[in-house]
Amino acid sequence: MLTHLVILQVIVPLLAAPLCLFLTSSRLSWFFALISSLITCVISILLLQQVMTVGTIVYELGDWNAPWGIEYRIDKLSAYLLIIISSISTVVLLAAQTSIEEEIPQDRHNVFYVLYLLSLAGMLGIVATGDVFNVFVFLEITSLSAYSLIALGRDRRALWASYQYLIMGTIGATFILIGIGLMYQMTGTLNMNDLSVRLREVDQTRTIFVAFSFIFVGICLKLALFPLHFWLPNAYAYAPSIVTAFFAATSTKVAIYLLIRFTFSVFGLSYSFTALPLQTLLLVLGLLGIFVASIAAIYQQNVKHLFAYSSIAQIGYMVVGISMNTTMGLMATLLHLFNHALMKGALFLALAALIYQTGSVRLSDFQGLGRQMPLTMAAIVLGGLSLIGVPLTVGFVSKWYLVLAAIEVGWWPVAVLMLVASLLAIIYVWRIVEIAYFSPPANGMAQGREIAKEAPLAFLIPVWLLVSSNIYFGIDTRLSVQVAQAASQSLIGLSP
Amino acid sequence: MKDLFAVVMLSGIYSLLSACFFVAMNAVDVAITEASVGACISTLLMLTAITMTGNCKKRDYHKPLTALLVVSVTGGLLIYGTLDMPYFGSAEAPAHVHVAPRYINDSFQETGVVNMVTAILASYRAFDTLGEVVVIFTAGIGVLALISASPTAREDATSGAANHSMHEQHLSLRITTKMLLPFIMLFAFYVQFHGDFGPGGGFQAGVIFSAAIVLYSMLFGLRTARRVINQTFTKLFAAFGILLYGSTGLISLQNGGRFLDYNFFLNDPIAGQHLGILLIELGVGCTVASTMIIIIFSFTGRLEDLQNRKNGQA
Amino acid sequence: MLMGLYNYWIVVILMMIGLYIVIAHGNLIKKIVGLNIFQTSVFILYISIAKIDGDTAPILTEGVNHYSNPLPHVLILTAIVVCIATTALGLALAVRIKEAYGSAEEEDIQKKDNKEC
Repeated sequence: MLTHLVILQVIVPLLAAPLCLFLTSSRLSWFFALISSLITCVISILLLQQVMTVGTIVYELGDWNAPWGIEYRIDKLSAYLLIIISSISTVVLLAAQTSIEEEIPQDRHNVFYVLYLLSLAGMLGIVATGDVFNVFVFLEITSLSAYSLIALGRDRRALWASYQYLIMGTIGATFILIGIGLMYQMTGTLNMNDLSVRLREVDQTRTIFVAFSFIFVGICLKLALFPLHFWLPNAYAYAPSIVTAFFAATSTKVAIYLLIRFTFSVFGLSYSFTALPLQTLLLVLGLLGIFVASIAAIYQQNVKHLFAYSSIAQIGYMVVGISMNTTMGLMATLLHLFNHALMKGALFLALAALIYQTGSVRLSDFQGLGRQMPLTMAAIVLGGLSLIGVPLTVGFVSKWYLVLAAIEVGWWPVAVLMLVASLLAIIYVWRIVEIAYFSPPANGMAQGREIAKEAPLAFLIPVWLLVSSNIYFGIDTRLSVQVAQAASQSLIGLSP
Repeated sequence: MKDLFAVVMLSGIYSLLSACFFVAMNAVDVAITEASVGACISTLLMLTAITMTGNCKKRDYHKPLTALLVVSVTGGLLIYGTLDMPYFGSAEAPAHVHVAPRYINDSFQETGVVNMVTAILASYRAFDTLGEVVVIFTAGIGVLALISASPTAREDATSGAANHSMHEQHLSLRITTKMLLPFIMLFAFYVQFHGDFGPGGGFQAGVIFSAAIVLYSMLFGLRTARRVINQTFTKLFAAFGILLYGSTGLISLQNGGRFLDYNFFLNDPIAGQHLGILLIELGVGCTVASTMIIIIFSFTGRLEDLQNRKNGQA
Repeated sequence: MLMGLYNYWIVVILMMIGLYIVIAHGNLIKKIVGLNIFQTSVFILYISIAKIDGDTAPILTEGVNHYSNPLPHVLILTAIVVCIATTALGLALAVRIKEAYGSAEEEDIQKKDNKEC
């Protein structure tokens, strides 16, 4: 059984999804989805242990050797991401049933869980596979379930946001398909490992240059890198809150994974950073993303929009880390990835609790919530502190390494700019804190709403689970740093 | 173009022409799939959609400058990329030299299947096909989540008004359809099981089967068709297809091989390959047929609800 | 060179027509039609890659030695499925948007959204 863990990682949620369709009761579907997600999480922990001791695991499906068959390749980076995705999924599912009872009509609950499991399976499949066309197929599974999940939101703007995401996402996926086709034409193979070898011979051709550009643009569309980020704020704001919590913490991480995988493993360091002016491009776009998004976040009235823009800014940080092209830069990106998953997961779950209790996410409706919903608001404040990068949180650790990495390469202006952007984060987090704690409670009675009570346990447990891991990993950094460092070293070391 | 109906029909013709192109390029499996899916299902769905959203474009809303910019940059980049490509039809292209020769030369010995495309699809790259089936399943579930009518709404519809059957008016159509239906279904089964020896396979078979059901529903009304093919049954049948596919893989795990390794099914590897391919193609056919039926019935059901509401108000 | 590459250039032109329709037009259904054309042209690209001069369909037949490359055919079969899945979902969204907003034109929808904010 242990040798087959690799494929079970993806098969368990993939087969659980159609099985879930047989369950008609909403609660039963939730419980089944939770158990499946938990099993997936356990498998990912076992896989990480295996990879850290044994090294890269290779699993050939159907027992056909690559490149004639499809192979699954788990290295330290994949294992790291698998564990992040599956654990976030399990934690978010803890609060899912309570949240969707308010936000999604009863007859759609069963379908919701089916789609959730499908997107989980899709994301795990993208990370675990070693074949580029398989990436495309599972990318489409993730994207299609995402479009449907987002469109389940209450507001009619959810439909429009989902449609825009569909159009942009499909163009991105088709670009990736074109890139794969061009790569296949010049090398004859679809296996990532094989491609990295054969691309050496043809990488001076214009066709490969174009292939790389198309794949890069396709991934950036999925990543919401500035200036292709337009679909993200609306999609995150109007989707059901649980969906936002899940996707904010996982889907962009998978896109970063794809960027790293294609840049470092498939095309190779030496090609990627010389062919396209990738270093400058990623640096400039990353920095622009950080600043434009942070400034936009300051002016938002809807808190979900605010944190969505903040997500775009964080993606900018991760991209700047990649652009540095050093072990420390990549390690900082991976740490920030981990941090962002924990942080945004906690924040959006807390927002889900708020919506459940008060029914609104407008900043003006937050007045006095600090006293009425102390635990939930405290979680949001701690999450915000992690966003800024205050010591004792994981945010501090990742920002610290990012700045260190920038200094190591001699990019002093970049380091300064990153610190300035943290100040911007302080502004928009302070806005929330000020309204929640320092304003008198809104006239709830006059508006016909009850005074909000604290959120139910179903929300508090997962939220505080994520927040406390945030603080725990901020203090005891050994595990996360060790894995991130090992992953980045192996990527840069093996990169042609 | 202002008239969306014309746009949709032209798009259908484009799909049909590309299917002919695929035949000319000797891609026969692809041609049959493109013809059934692109020209048939896609056009049908679009026609239903424009009936609900409006036949004509209201205004000539254009963003021509941004579009032209994006298109010229992308197009220019692509043409730049083609300059180094191996010439069209060249036999020394890397694509034909590296991985493909084993498929062409050895697939019969290794899998016992004559159709190389089926061999790759169902054996060498079977996991991709599992992904493909899950994609279509996801779309079916997504469509269900978005536009399926809630059970109460369906019960409210009066039986008379909802039965948009044409059979009273078009006798010849009714008789022809009733004669054609069994042949279409038989052809679907033929394509399903003959996929090993000629063009075809689970996916094409599923689409053709669902086309038969759709034809029936178009002529005899959605209510009648729903009585023949129950919504719940279709959903569960779609799930069953994927589970069949997955179980085939899991059985290989249990027998000691890798996932989807058919050599371990029976004592003889070639017989095992045949059995494995048969089972998964069956799974694909089930899921695809059910999902297409779900999607088309959902769209048609929504259309009928809309028309009922309009008639009710009028 | 023209004779060797003309096929690819025609495909590129078809792709760009599809992409142009998606971006330029405001009607939701027309965008999806454009997306369809874009994706179908990508399939034509892949199948052009698969062709070898003087080949036949990749099904083992008596007396034939020269076969077309079967791998791109497999990839395109999967891609066609993905295309129809996206189209179905996109059309379902367009229908729901029309019911919710009363219009299937991008301009009208954005106007209504701006009024709400």
